[in-house]
Amino acid sequence: MHRFANPARFMRLSARLLPWLAGATALLLAVGLYLALIASPPDYQQGQAVRIMYVHVPSAWLSMAVYGAMALASTAYLVWKHPLAGLFTKAVAPVGAGFTALCLVTGSLWGEPMWGTWWVWDARLTSVLILFFLYLGYIALVGAFDDAERGLRVGAVLVLVGTVNLPIIKFSVDWWNTLHQPASVGRFDGPAMDTAMLIPLLVMALAFTLLFAVLALVRTRAELTWRKVEVLRLFQAAGE
Amino acid sequence: MRALWHLIRRDLTLVLRSGTDAGAALAFFVVTVTLFPFGIGPEPEILGRVAAGLIWVSALLATLLSMERLFQADYEDGTLDQLLLAGVSAEAIAVAKIAAHWLVTGLPLLIVAPVMGALIQLPTGAYGVMIASLAMGTPVLSLIGGIGAALILGARRGGALLALLVLPLFVPPLIFAVGAIDAAALGLSPRPNLLFLAGLLAAALPLAPVAAAAAIRQVLD
Repeated sequence: MHRFANPARFMRLSARLLPWLAGATALLLAVGLYLALIASPPDYQQGQAVRIMYVHVPSAWLSMAVYGAMALASTAYLVWKHPLAGLFTKAVAPVGAGFTALCLVTGSLWGEPMWGTWWVWDARLTSVLILFFLYLGYIALVGAFDDAERGLRVGAVLVLVGTVNLPIIKFSVDWWNTLHQPASVGRFDGPAMDTAMLIPLLVMALAFTLLFAVLALVRTRAELTWRKVEVLRLFQAAGE
Repeated sequence: MRALWHLIRRDLTLVLRSGTDAGAALAFFVVTVTLFPFGIGPEPEILGRVAAGLIWVSALLATLLSMERLFQADYEDGTLDQLLLAGVSAEAIAVAKIAAHWLVTGLPLLIVAPVMGALIQLPTGAYGVMIASLAMGTPVLSLIGGIGAALILGARRGGALLALLVLPLFVPPLIFAVGAIDAAALGLSPRPNLLFLAGLLAAALPLAPVAAAAAIRQVLD
């Protein structure tokens, strides 16, 4: 891992990797969308509305996976002071927030025809909403410092605090739910999903993961370049 | 250890001498709770049903109100730097500050809360549990808030930022505390919820000062 912490090597490798990754993403996304929106059968109860799932579920998975990646990167940043890890965390936070927002919005759009309401104070919905707030908090905190380096370090501490809290929030919210609102969802632990739906879902999940990889690389490269520009400007200002 | 004690004494003295700071959070709590009957109507049944939540959300906001200044004054006049340079550990500073904060804002809430409970028709059986939940819950709020206050040192727009960082983390204590009070009001056992709350306190007590200290140390470089 330490080998790839070198910014110059990262720039070289990512430049070579990006076209392939982007191509694979576009291909998988096209195949996945075709399978999900056209080739897969409508649900016998939900009809066409079930197709929202193919966007909703992958973005839900990604919303959590991105936070996990941020937590790992923050640990690396605080422990080994790898500059790349801090920049990566900052770069992917808006992407994670985007997936979380997508998950919330599609869930809401799905809930309206299925449950007859846009929003339920259900445990799962609520914990995703809190995850969204954690993302927003991180983005706001990192941006609030004049010294960018310090913003990254403080942000890394916040990400780790959020990691400790995430399971607590999850379980406390589960608990709260069973007290006030017994079973209103529980769709997925019903009959196992049919392969005709499972395959498009998995293709979409893979496509979303690749999409995240592409966005993460592009954005980290942009952060790195931006940092370079700032340093050059400082040198220039000092020279004159 | 001695440094810890001196820091707490110093903070308490500062607050007591300045006078208004100590009362502000308490007054905020009282006024906020008073506002709700105007907002949702004076019917005793409705108020009684939501009383636990009102007390707790108000307590939460009152805690947050005084949180922003927790390390800010010492950061701005350089005291924080001097303490760290003098060899006081950042953990000790965090513990002392948080303890002083709780003594000044959390503890008075315990005393006023029953009165406010009576004003908004909290069911009779729930008072003991409410006090217990506040006694265990407000230290958790101060501890979590302490992390937030340390994180925003030197940031722009600190106050709004602090709310955004800390309020999502306040959700677990809120859930368990209100769960306990509601259970007691319905004549059920509040024990499981109170135990969870105690568990949160037991986890936050050692962990939160470590996290806050990690943020405080960023001040030095």
